[in-house]
Amino acid sequence: MSAATALSPATAFPAASALGALTAERFERALAESAGAPAWWLERKRGAYERFAVLPAPRRTDESWRFSSLAGLGLPAAPAAPEPGGAASPLAGVHLAASLRFVNNRLAPGGGLPADLAARGVILTTLAEAARHHPDLLKAHFMAQPQRLGSEKFAALHTAFALDGAFLYLPRGVELADPILLVHAASGGEVFPHTLVVAEENTRATVIDYFTGSAPLALGANDLYAGHGSQLTYVAVQDWSPGTLSFQLNSTVVRRDARVQSLNVHLGARQARHESLSQLQAPGAFSEMLAVTVADRAQEFDQRTLQVHQAPNTKSDLLYKNVLLDEAKTIFSGLIIVDPDAQKTDAYQSNRNLVLGDGAEANSLPGLEIQANDVRCTHGATTSRLDPEQEFYLQARGIPPPRARQLLIFAFFEEVLNRLAHEDLHAALRELIQAKIKA
Amino acid sequence: MSQIATPDLTSAAPAEPADNPVAGIDQTSGNFSYDVKYALDAGTGLSERTVEYISSVKKEAPWIREFRLNALKQFEAKPLPTHWATSDLENINFDKIRYYLASGQKPKRTWEEVPDDIKRTFERLGVPEQERKFLAGVEAQFDSEAAYSNIKEAVSKQGVIFLNSTEALREHPEIFRKWFGKVIPTGDNKFSALNSAVFSGGSFIYVPPGVKVSHPLQAYFRINAENFGQFERTLIIVDEGAEVTYMEGCTAPKFSTSTLHSAVVELVALKGAKIQYITVQNWAPNVFNLVTKRGLAHEEAEIKWIDCNIGSRLTMKYPGVVLKGRKSRGEVISIALANDGQHQDTGAKMIHAADETTSNIVAKSISVGQGRSTYRGVVHIPKRLKGCKNNTECDALLINTNSRTDTYPAITVRGAANRVQHEASVSKVSEEQIFYMRQRGLTEGQAMSLSVNGFINDLARQFPMEYSVELKRLIDLEMEGSVG
Repeated sequence: MSAATALSPATAFPAASALGALTAERFERALAESAGAPAWWLERKRGAYERFAVLPAPRRTDESWRFSSLAGLGLPAAPAAPEPGGAASPLAGVHLAASLRFVNNRLAPGGGLPADLAARGVILTTLAEAARHHPDLLKAHFMAQPQRLGSEKFAALHTAFALDGAFLYLPRGVELADPILLVHAASGGEVFPHTLVVAEENTRATVIDYFTGSAPLALGANDLYAGHGSQLTYVAVQDWSPGTLSFQLNSTVVRRDARVQSLNVHLGARQARHESLSQLQAPGAFSEMLAVTVADRAQEFDQRTLQVHQAPNTKSDLLYKNVLLDEAKTIFSGLIIVDPDAQKTDAYQSNRNLVLGDGAEANSLPGLEIQANDVRCTHGATTSRLDPEQEFYLQARGIPPPRARQLLIFAFFEEVLNRLAHEDLHAALRELIQAKIKA
Repeated sequence: MSQIATPDLTSAAPAEPADNPVAGIDQTSGNFSYDVKYALDAGTGLSERTVEYISSVKKEAPWIREFRLNALKQFEAKPLPTHWATSDLENINFDKIRYYLASGQKPKRTWEEVPDDIKRTFERLGVPEQERKFLAGVEAQFDSEAAYSNIKEAVSKQGVIFLNSTEALREHPEIFRKWFGKVIPTGDNKFSALNSAVFSGGSFIYVPPGVKVSHPLQAYFRINAENFGQFERTLIIVDEGAEVTYMEGCTAPKFSTSTLHSAVVELVALKGAKIQYITVQNWAPNVFNLVTKRGLAHEEAEIKWIDCNIGSRLTMKYPGVVLKGRKSRGEVISIALANDGQHQDTGAKMIHAADETTSNIVAKSISVGQGRSTYRGVVHIPKRLKGCKNNTECDALLINTNSRTDTYPAITVRGAANRVQHEASVSKVSEEQIFYMRQRGLTEGQAMSLSVNGFINDLARQFPMEYSVELKRLIDLEMEGSVG
């Protein structure tokens, strides 16, 4: 492929598709919106767009895209149905420490950081602001981790187009009891939500990403850096409208004795790919990776995870649960890698699929690559329908069959939600999930 | 095992594991090669001429020749599957391999007719004299052609046909042609295409309706020339309500350069039939062992693969069952042992294609030293099926700090009326167990060997007695020098 033809993504995706629409001209226009940003930041975006244009599109023979509907990536973009941008205040009832709201890639007025937190050195701002005022932090952490799960091309596209995005910095020792909420809303155009959390030594915080609204393409990234002894809880609620092609690329770095819990709630989009990479880089690091998915109609949820144990005495625990209704399709592809000499690793990976639709399809690829012997590594994957005995038990107690089924599905998800320590958040998420199941 | 499990506490521990009185295949005695006159030699490399040469030497019917030439085209067109498989495959030099080699003899019918030097080879291999009395038939493949084959009278009286592939296609095309290449199509993968182009030797078996073959049928294979690939082809058809057990064991001499073994084994179990196929694979550590094995199970039929991989440099083998008939059942029991320089890439495929089909996969692997064992599996349940079940268990044992294991299952379930579960674990030998046994006077090597044998014991017990004895002996040998 020559450089001239390579620079048109249309060679990889049909022009009418959400990805094919992101031409070099579109990129130049987007770049103009970042006018005033530091030169290194613009240079990085240029380099990223070139990489996007040159990198090959996923192919049928790529193991990291096995079972994915590649055709879905090139489908015509859904007609842009402008929506108000989702619920006015999602997760009502959860008391927040701070919040930001992005609409169509731009920070919306309101929200921000309370003065007392700012005084303690906490930074909560946009990527664009951070590039200007905290270049060293951004250079060290923005899209700094390897893309190992197949979406190198899309990560480059994200870097090229990401505009405001959220940047949260927690200086040493800061502990926040209440969550920080980041709402990413769209009303018809492509969006590139970004959340970067840098948690220094012995910090503690809960961060929520909430994705809502209508976009032909939502290509987001969220990177978490958990410094020595920090404790991060991260929750992402993906509730895009039904026409959206969604990508969410996560990378989590866990340093010595740090602990990260992440929970992804997948509800929306036409086709949604979620990649999550946890790197356990020093002894005592612990990453807990959770997800619940309610897949209905012809939705496709494609989840790829990688737990990399790079140091001795690290722990990871993954639990991904999917409920499949109608003709929905899910893919769970998870891999645990234990590097040579990462002895005393304790790694767990579990994927549970509850198939309720006769036309539904659950794919499960739970993988292990172990190169050290003194480890405890197990994984499990199950796919089944509701247990008829449990249904019978509830019906025998006078609960009508549809209600009994609902209760059992709710219970299926409670095992995951129960892992959240924050009770109000737990209750709010339960409401959201149950609302989709009831609908 | 029992003699070690209850040691005499008053005497000193033996320095080496005690010799097994029931000698199976002794691995060390496989390291030899006799000078054999290769009367018919296709030379090295692969071309249409090689394929036509093989076909003409075998005096094959034109349809087989066409089948071979078509397969050669498919082999050449297909890339190596390195997008998912190890790049070690790129080290196979297809131009330096001999694709056909035979002594030109007609397969022998009685033991007396077998040439002396071949008999000596079998003695070194440890095909025990007394086994012949118990086993129904011994199909001993020496290089490409069966050098010795004998079916006990009782079995042939039952109407069982047990021949090598060349004879079977010549003498019973009406039986074998119908299923030949049907369970594993030529283009299934690059190596099934290769086998289809140059196959030679292997067993073709037909068991008539209702016949329960009382003794297991058995075949030994070995490679006996440098750079010589062996491409046997096996087809077993078991008619309605019939049952058979087939066993194959391999040992091969060591060579200085790589050699290739690429078999195709097809099983057909008609309504209510049962097939059990047992393999103990112990190729020399320079052999690429790339084998395609698949069974087709009709209504209420049962196919069980018992597969044990100990030898070879790289083995890629995923025995499969296509569960075509209602209530059919498939099972794979797999044991793999990978030592330094070895990669055992094994697993199972279960393709459910009818209601109420069930499948079970139990795989255990042991990685020693720098050895690498990989489990790779496919479980597929398509739309509109009801009441299908699969259970998969994979356990890996890592002996040394830098041993390696991988697990790559792929499970697809469509529809709401099926149930699948997969579990895998990775562990090392328990230090407490080793300490306990050493306290009781066992050396560390013996304790390790016992512990590893314990790990696979529940699977090894499913092997026929002589095979589980061989297996234990082989594990003892492999564990020697793995500690300290």
